Amino acid sequence: MTQLPQSTDRKMGLVIDLDTCVGCHACVISCKGWNTENYGAPLSDQDAYGANPSGTFLNRVHSYEVQPAEGHAQLIHFPKSCLHCEDAPCVTVCPTGASYKRVEDGIVLVNESDCIGCGLCAWSCPYGARELDMAEGVMKKCTLCVDRIYNENLPEVDRIPSCVRTCPAGARHFGDLGDPNSDVSKLVAEREGMDLMPEMGTKPVNKYLPPRPKDKIEDQIDILAPLLAPVAEEPKGFLGWLDKTLEKL
Amino acid sequence: MNQPVIETSPKVSDEVRKTTCYMCACRCGINVHMKDGKVAYIEGNRDHPVNKGVLCAKGSAGIMQVNAPSRLRKPLRRVGPRGSGEFREIEWDEAISTAVGWLNELHETAPQKLAFFTGRDQSQSFTSFWAQNFGTPNYAAHGGFCSVNMAAGGIYTMGGAFWEFGQPDWDHTKLFMLFGVAEDHDSNPIKMGIGKIKARGARVIGVNPIRSGYNAVADDWVGITPGTDGLFILSLIHVLMKAGKIDLEYLSRYTNAPVLVNAAEGPEKGLFLRDEDGKPLVIDRATGKPTAFDKPGVRPDLSATYEKDGVTHRPVFHLMAEKYLSDDHAPEAVAKRCGIPASRIRAIAAEIARVAFDEAIELDQEWTDFRGETRSKMIGRPVSFHAMRGISAHANGFQTCRALHILQILLGTVEVPGGFRFKPPYPKPVEAHPTPHGDRRPGRPLEGPHLGFPRGPDDLLLDDCGTPQRIDKAFTWENPMSSHGLMHMVISNAAAGDPYKIDTLFMYMANMSWNSSMNTKGVMEMLTARNEDGKYTIPRIIYSDAYSSEMVAYADLILPDTTYLERHDCISLLDRPICEADAAADAIRWPVIEPDRDVRGFQSVLIELANRMSLPGFTNEDGSPKWKDYADYIVNHQRKPGIGPLAGFRGEDGNKEGRGEVNPDQLNRYIENGGFYVAHIPEGADYYKPWNTAYQDWAVGMGIYDSPQPYLFQLYSEPMRKFQLAAEGHGDRQPPEHLRQRIKNTMDPLPIWYETDQQGNEGFTVNALTQRPMAMYHSWGTQNAWLRQLHGRNPLYVPTKLMREHGLQDGDWAKVSSPHGEITVPVMEMAALNENTVWTWNAIGKRKGAWALQEDAPEATKGFLLNHLIHELLPPKGDGMRWANSDPVTGQAAWFDLKVNIEKADPPSDAESQPEFAPIESPVGTGPKDLAWKVGK
Amino acid sequence: MHPAPSVIIFTTFSGLGFGLLFFLGLGQPPVTGFVAFVFYAIAYALAVGGLLASTFHLGHPERAWKAFSQWKSSWLSREGVCAVAALIVMGLYALGAVFLQSHWSLLGWIGAILSLATVFTTSMIYTQLRTIPRWNMNLTPAVFLSFSLAGGALLSGAETLAPWLLAVAGAVQLAYWAKGDRALESSGTNLGTATGLGRRGAVRAFEPPHTGTNYLLREFVHVVGRKHAQKLRTISFILAFVLPLLLILTPVSGAVIKHIFALFAVLSHLTGVVISRWLFFAQAEHVVGLYYGKR
Repeated sequence: MTQLPQSTDRKMGLVIDLDTCVGCHACVISCKGWNTENYGAPLSDQDAYGANPSGTFLNRVHSYEVQPAEGHAQLIHFPKSCLHCEDAPCVTVCPTGASYKRVEDGIVLVNESDCIGCGLCAWSCPYGARELDMAEGVMKKCTLCVDRIYNENLPEVDRIPSCVRTCPAGARHFGDLGDPNSDVSKLVAEREGMDLMPEMGTKPVNKYLPPRPKDKIEDQIDILAPLLAPVAEEPKGFLGWLDKTLEKL
Repeated sequence: MNQPVIETSPKVSDEVRKTTCYMCACRCGINVHMKDGKVAYIEGNRDHPVNKGVLCAKGSAGIMQVNAPSRLRKPLRRVGPRGSGEFREIEWDEAISTAVGWLNELHETAPQKLAFFTGRDQSQSFTSFWAQNFGTPNYAAHGGFCSVNMAAGGIYTMGGAFWEFGQPDWDHTKLFMLFGVAEDHDSNPIKMGIGKIKARGARVIGVNPIRSGYNAVADDWVGITPGTDGLFILSLIHVLMKAGKIDLEYLSRYTNAPVLVNAAEGPEKGLFLRDEDGKPLVIDRATGKPTAFDKPGVRPDLSATYEKDGVTHRPVFHLMAEKYLSDDHAPEAVAKRCGIPASRIRAIAAEIARVAFDEAIELDQEWTDFRGETRSKMIGRPVSFHAMRGISAHANGFQTCRALHILQILLGTVEVPGGFRFKPPYPKPVEAHPTPHGDRRPGRPLEGPHLGFPRGPDDLLLDDCGTPQRIDKAFTWENPMSSHGLMHMVISNAAAGDPYKIDTLFMYMANMSWNSSMNTKGVMEMLTARNEDGKYTIPRIIYSDAYSSEMVAYADLILPDTTYLERHDCISLLDRPICEADAAADAIRWPVIEPDRDVRGFQSVLIELANRMSLPGFTNEDGSPKWKDYADYIVNHQRKPGIGPLAGFRGEDGNKEGRGEVNPDQLNRYIENGGFYVAHIPEGADYYKPWNTAYQDWAVGMGIYDSPQPYLFQLYSEPMRKFQLAAEGHGDRQPPEHLRQRIKNTMDPLPIWYETDQQGNEGFTVNALTQRPMAMYHSWGTQNAWLRQLHGRNPLYVPTKLMREHGLQDGDWAKVSSPHGEITVPVMEMAALNENTVWTWNAIGKRKGAWALQEDAPEATKGFLLNHLIHELLPPKGDGMRWANSDPVTGQAAWFDLKVNIEKADPPSDAESQPEFAPIESPVGTGPKDLAWKVGK
Repeated sequence: MHPAPSVIIFTTFSGLGFGLLFFLGLGQPPVTGFVAFVFYAIAYALAVGGLLASTFHLGHPERAWKAFSQWKSSWLSREGVCAVAALIVMGLYALGAVFLQSHWSLLGWIGAILSLATVFTTSMIYTQLRTIPRWNMNLTPAVFLSFSLAGGALLSGAETLAPWLLAVAGAVQLAYWAKGDRALESSGTNLGTATGLGRRGAVRAFEPPHTGTNYLLREFVHVVGRKHAQKLRTISFILAFVLPLLLILTPVSGAVIKHIFALFAVLSHLTGVVISRWLFFAQAEHVVGLYYGKR
């Protein structure tokens, strides 16, 4: 199982819109809640009320400042979880076969009962998507809510990952990125979705939509300037304009 | 390949209980998944009008709040000195009889000696009802130190403001402009709205010195100098008016722009010309004669003047043209002060004009206005705005909020498609609101609600000698239009015995000895100050909270509240409901779990106290209590016949909405319905609400109004002019001399901008702000094992330029001083920040011993409050007066007027942020070391 | 990377142990009986002790046996298989040498190759990781193999070979450091590619996702001061290579002194390698650190 499947039937994954994410951490905590209660061992917290609180999270929101050559610095919120890579190094390094990529949907999972907690899969992941749970001693990672997306005990509309369901800004999209006609694939095509660290050769399934260009309002002032042509220079003239305009109403 | 077979359809829960979130003020609907009778998982309720299924980090972390080790367990009676945190646990019997013993005497002899103030209270219509029946004038919630400028500015101008009063038309707007917002106010709806706008690729402009959160996703960022928003907005108004990019038809029909104003010197100057019925007059373009504004068929003129008895009357619009077309408001004149290039101001104005007028929306929807005219279309100007504390928490905030509303109105974007839309029970003009009441009559209730909207000097709460009736000096010449009270002045005034001494301070959910006060250290001293006889200056303090907050240590008697999943609540149309722009809605909380501690819902405790004291309003004629607990009150209380706290499922069969008899099964019906009720506004009634007959009729049917209340938007505020007239020497009720000039200056009936009082700020040149992280709500987040990992400490964010100037690097320490105090704290560089502004997260810093955290928790060692630098009073001017650090119009706490100086400092010897305070004894111990929370199998 | 004692001990000791087994398998020194027992005891103590140490960092050591199953794809699994095979084959060979005074040379050769293969598989666990450019180089297996051979030669008393092998290992070490210091930069991975935002401007990590620490930071981010590292490198190089060379090349008379010198050479070398291994981990930059603005 440690070998990757030649190909998967579908490539289920997330599309994350960096133009829309406001950095609220809703996805982080919803994920924590669902995955503490569901698939495998709970996500534990150490020193929960003390000096160094540190727990297992499968999704974390970073933030970066980008300073363009000209103009204001920009702040970009950056959620990050497992990208369910097509060429997932975390799978092939696993010595026990606990780590595997599902043939039917491409989800990368850890079979916790086979995991020896060696940590090598986390070492091999460029994205920091895997965290060893300190209470349970097994590797935890995003399951793409495999226990939600097919769950017949949930209404159909809720058969999506908990992070997607909860995202208030709608910055997270879920679907089959292997199907060029899926909504997510179209979104990626339209907004020029990108891979993280493409040079690593991992071929991530999850894509990121880049922020749209910012701070461009002054560039269009030449076009807009006529809109601001004064109706009159003096208040008196203004009242004259007023009269004329009102007459036409 | 043989891959493991996994269970992809595990059972999710035994049962889903639907209630209302209380992890912040947003009041989203939540699905609480239960396993083995315990809370297993919380998600958003898809059917709920507020959040439509989504849920923020706080909401999802509710499970950790309900399990928090900081929950109080039993009533407590203080045994150590105040502030020590030393208590003994007592039974409820003793707690109730102690409180009754203290309160009943006051009720019967001097009710004003009770000051009852609630903080993050979501039951204000009930708590104010209690206080009203107790008879004390001293009641308010936290609005005065939160956003009263926004609320009052909106109501006085257009009958409603942002957030609970209204929202952008997210589905149609094409340009959204956002001014400084506390990201926990209306948080999910704003995020959802921004998401919708972004999905359409429409433009978002953020005006905020700090480019984080919503401003980080804004397409254009305006990193404005704090406190100059009004100047910027008036400049936009200047440019738009000058270019004629204003909606004249809208102005003439729906605003007081055409209303005639007396222009002659004297006691009538600046007041409206009215007919015998008191209706403001306009010149009808058809007849050229003065006519009541609402006469059917009238075509109000915006420019004609009118002479009567030798007195010229000019339309409001004349005054506006005179004021705003002046070059003082030109972009070039304000650019430097605002920190925004003039070209940028013009570009923004042009874009607003383009979208409002070139991209106007037309909906084919017939509607009839209050003058009886039927129109075939609804014209939308798809520019929308939202603002909150960023513009309101300044001492010029009221006028700035008014300016923003004026901008919206000039564009014709209020209550039209794509613009700003009210949420029932708004729109509601000032006339439909009460005036304030503050009489004191031992043993008898107040004659009306405490809080209201003064129409002029006659409504001030001053006794015959001019002494304030209220302990917080609300509704006095210091802040005449203080519609939410001044909670931030209560402790300070009570300690100073100014205007009088009180006996008992009774507070609910307000962390006044920590992050909810300015001058935190001073407040601690006031709470523990003693008279010469050794007794405490504030003799008795009762406090109710669910958690071991910093304030607990400063009370004599603690009434432990439940968590939000263990209680009844109602989010009522009488109060701060959860309505949407196209629906009225209210909601409940109900005990989805039973408390595992000896605690009681605070509102039920208030009812028990009222019953023991036989407070009027709570007592039947035969002396028996009307209600046994809060749930009983929610169902059976009627404010007016047929109108109660909940609008849904009324009537014997539960099929009436708005008005209807009491339905004993009402709570069950709410529970079955997901914990809320929605009454949709009929199509065609959902825009132009203040003037739309269909809406007005629907609102009357719902019990929102007693009769239709069409009104004009008040570009020009006559109540303000009345206060100004008094300051000019007219009328019987005159302001004290030291306030006369200030009232003249600040009570301008048309929005102005003025520099806030800078006396004492010499040498303090850097603006300092706080923001709330989206994942934390005030001090509550810290006790939450999941949320505190997100924000366990707070650096001071310093712009790149100041970092370089002061030789600072990330992790260095800086001494930050203000005219009032100094702190020493760690810094972090931020480039996307106004270059003369520093800021930090609010309420991350914690006192050692509070919230069941260990004493070495980063919140207590590295975290800090900016509050130490802010005083509730301005620096003394040498006139012997106590000048509040508040807006002179409303008394809104001016948190964001803070100016500081920063310099590099050596790390404190213990590497802890300064000042440090001695630990308080935790009444609940500390939390467990490790957590792995999983319930059920 | 976090320089965990368990992995430092594991790689150092098992490398030395298998290096010794390699030479024993080739019949160097050609010992039998009790002397052979002592040699094999030392070799097994180092190899097995190292392997055992490596299980200390496992979350579930009791499931370690499952690690043999994925030899087709996992270098860690291959290492387990090789190690066990080497230990079994060399165990049989040792039985012959200790109890039957015979050297079954074919078995010895196989054992020797398996021993070296074990060291190679160990090195490949690190080398394969593109996430750690400083390890993802051909020089990584060269370091492990040359160190193992040099240490094995020292321990086995291969007088003629040992100086040469030490010199080669020292040279490999210097090359590894030189190339490793440029590895992250020349890998082309930086915060710009990590976030995809590099084209927009200069990217700087602002607030971390959580204010506290986490598994990733504890495991992957370890910052060694440049000066400190330089000092440690010098000490390590002297102890691992220079001093042992001096000790074994110094002409001394008398077997006892010679053995004492040899013992000191081995101890010096071992200490030097431990320091080198500490640096191998502590200086290795995992690209995940970029996301946290750290390396």
